[in-house]
Amino acid sequence: MLLRHTTKEIKEREALTINPAKTCQPVGAMYAALGFHSCMPHSHGSQGCCAYHRSMLTRHYKEPVMATTSSFTEGSAVFGGQANLLSAVENIFTLYKPDIIAIHTTCLSETIGDDVTQISAKATDEGKVPAGKHIVHANTPSYIGSHVTGFANMVKGFVNYFAAKTAKGNGKINVIPGWVEPSDMREVKRICKEMKVETIIFPDTSEVMDRPQTGTFEMYGPGGTTIDEMRSSGDSKATLSMGHFASLPAAEALDAKCKVKIVDLDVPIGLSATDRFIQALSETAGVEVSQSIERERGRLVDIITDNEQYFYNKRVAVYGDPDNLIPFCEFLVDLGMRPVYVVTGTPGKYFDERMGKVLKDIPEAKFKQGAQADMFLMHQWIKNEKVDLLIGNTWGKYIARDENIPLIRFGFPIIDRVGHSYFPSLGYMGAIRILEKIMDALLDAKDRDCKEENMELVQ
Amino acid sequence: MADFKVLTARQGQIDDAGNNDFVMACERHSLAGSISQRACVFCGSRVVLYPIADALHLIHGPIGCAAYTWDIRGSLSSGENLHRMSFCTDLQEKDVVFGGADKLYKSLVELIDYYKPKAAFVYSTCIVGLIGDDIEAVARRVEKEKSISVIPVYSEGFKGTKKDGYSAACAALGRLVGTGETKNIPEMSINILGDFNLAGETWIIRDYYKEMGINVAATITGDGKVDEIRACHGASLNVVQCSGSMSSLARMMQDKYGIPYIRVSYFGIEDMAQALYDVANHFNSREALEKAKGIVKRESDLIMPYLRACRRDLTGKKAAIYVGGAFKAFSLVRALKFLGMCTILAGCQTGNSQDYEQLKAICDPGTVIIDDANALELAKFVKEKDADLLIGGVKERPIAYKLGVAFCDHNHERKEPLAGFLGMKNFAREVYGSVMSPVWNFVPRRAGVIKRGQL
Repeated sequence: MLLRHTTKEIKEREALTINPAKTCQPVGAMYAALGFHSCMPHSHGSQGCCAYHRSMLTRHYKEPVMATTSSFTEGSAVFGGQANLLSAVENIFTLYKPDIIAIHTTCLSETIGDDVTQISAKATDEGKVPAGKHIVHANTPSYIGSHVTGFANMVKGFVNYFAAKTAKGNGKINVIPGWVEPSDMREVKRICKEMKVETIIFPDTSEVMDRPQTGTFEMYGPGGTTIDEMRSSGDSKATLSMGHFASLPAAEALDAKCKVKIVDLDVPIGLSATDRFIQALSETAGVEVSQSIERERGRLVDIITDNEQYFYNKRVAVYGDPDNLIPFCEFLVDLGMRPVYVVTGTPGKYFDERMGKVLKDIPEAKFKQGAQADMFLMHQWIKNEKVDLLIGNTWGKYIARDENIPLIRFGFPIIDRVGHSYFPSLGYMGAIRILEKIMDALLDAKDRDCKEENMELVQ
Repeated sequence: MADFKVLTARQGQIDDAGNNDFVMACERHSLAGSISQRACVFCGSRVVLYPIADALHLIHGPIGCAAYTWDIRGSLSSGENLHRMSFCTDLQEKDVVFGGADKLYKSLVELIDYYKPKAAFVYSTCIVGLIGDDIEAVARRVEKEKSISVIPVYSEGFKGTKKDGYSAACAALGRLVGTGETKNIPEMSINILGDFNLAGETWIIRDYYKEMGINVAATITGDGKVDEIRACHGASLNVVQCSGSMSSLARMMQDKYGIPYIRVSYFGIEDMAQALYDVANHFNSREALEKAKGIVKRESDLIMPYLRACRRDLTGKKAAIYVGGAFKAFSLVRALKFLGMCTILAGCQTGNSQDYEQLKAICDPGTVIIDDANALELAKFVKEKDADLLIGGVKERPIAYKLGVAFCDHNHERKEPLAGFLGMKNFAREVYGSVMSPVWNFVPRRAGVIKRGQL
């Protein structure tokens, strides 16, 4: 037993986090920055932060993840990181030639009080920023929020730096997809195209974090939201903001700056959340729902009804990021399943409010966010009453093995399987993929574990 | 890519093995703004201490430091499995303002009551170094109340490089060493230092020594046990692998207990054999030496047919090496040579100037010798020198694949033991499998380059 030290008895913990269901802000800021064209994420802190974030993102996306660091020393910790950041800016533009450097802070630089806005201005004054190049920044102290907060802060940073309102609207719709896979961002664009809606999507990591093999190594992919698009986002008709935690802060910043109306949505995972997305897209853009999208929906509903017997009352434990968990659990409830345990390390009362509603008909459901809402607690819940299925990132594999529960990998990080960055989980087609995974997991487990005499050929 | 030039400030860290008038400007901080492949002090301490599976490892800091080092690599344990858990004080803004010592105290007490570990290590992170929590005082208090060793690890990330983290870890281990009973430890005993039991490598090495009649008092830290470490000063020789990580503990034990140490490597047939002979010779034991020779003969005979077969197809293929420590680089250059391959780039993250001189000496002229390489430099040389293989760690893997070049992970993510004689066979198989894979024919730059191999 890998986690043999986890006991069934649950004691109230005052201080400790065990086996976290979150990580820290900067890694989110780094991923968000990779969704902008020709952008170099820069970590203003010790070397280790940058190395860890790059390793984690590399393992998840199986792509080279390029990011730079201020390489703090003891001296910088005492006297401030200005000198390091100034020389970093100069070196990065000279050596790696990005269009944008997206600086995020760390607990170290935040606590010593480095003012990145002031240092960036100084870099510009000293001629370290070539003409037509930009520095963007976000404050991402590791001791506040989680990786999701860091993602949100960096996207907001791009809005604050670039979005502008001119006299003329662009007729487009902004979409902020949140922390989803490159495949999902690609899928959102496809759906919008099917609906004949012109969009600006940011960030967009497709063609950055899912690049083809070319036999060469390029620093920057062809993808990523461009500076022109970001500027123009202030002239759009509306912003479809997907996810309260990862996307809404940027949408609100854009509204405050350029008066772009917000449509506050969930990430379109599953049937109901995708319905709301399609509805919102149709209404804000003033277009009819395309027949092709309607037929995709029809196929999804058809698969659901064909297989409803396998979903009924199955107990599920789900963990990960709140923007994913809310629509995912809603989908599970739509299917007749019972999401009984849900944890996220990302703090926020909004999660409790929404989960309370989503799970109102599952009286035995337990959910928790923030401090001590960790994988250890979830494992203890499972030990007290087992589930049929586990859904979440790679860290769940220990529990899955120890308790013999099938695991569907979903969320961040997935560092032991491939596919997530290539096949979308969003929209109706993505929901079909989720269904396929659920069915495979449940039926593979049944075929493997059932008694010989109960083995069935046809399911 | 085409117009990429090495930055002037980096030119002192890139050398040619044929160049005699160059001293590597190493052991310095990465240039601010570079895409360094290096990590921090905390990372160094964490990787070294983490395999001690019957101790608690509590990270006093923000959640990231714990999340990224949760079960960081496959160090196997024959006993407890506490090292697979991630414990963190998860410092929040209010802790940063008012101090985190109280939270640390509570966390330690909760954990010790719950798990009853043999000892507890408390890792200090950047933020703790700044806000100045007195972790020493908390450790003393808990130690007194709970009667177990609570050892602070001073691993604030900004204090230096990963190498400084190794020293911090050794300093922490030094507080355990000498606190155990040694009377049952026989004269001909060694400690294995600097192997982390990835994929069970420590066990392979330990078994060779045991077969030679040498007792292994402690393995530090692969499959390390707190009680064995406490008593390891009862051994009469420290056998140190991995140039960086354990040297300072070995030096400390030499100064304090008069225990000599030798440096060895377990990668490749020659180095592995030498590691056995050196120990036998240290004890002046003809019997041990004969047994060592027997092991080398038996084990080499087992793997040679396979290695020869690999060599037929691998001869003339070119490899680039970028690893953590210099000692590993030496062994890899030799092991690759054994497989008929030549090294066109050799570099590491933590080498000193002597290391680089030695590296130059074993490489052919024209080989690029590099300290603290960044991604673009690696890509440039791999392409320019037309390498067939890159050996590195997690961040190098996708770079190799994008370039359409074979890859071997000689770092955390190895799945099979690469140490010992069996390890050499695994290494050969891994290199062969990747270098000879037909998939490289799909890479536009290398179409048709792979002819079907014999294995």
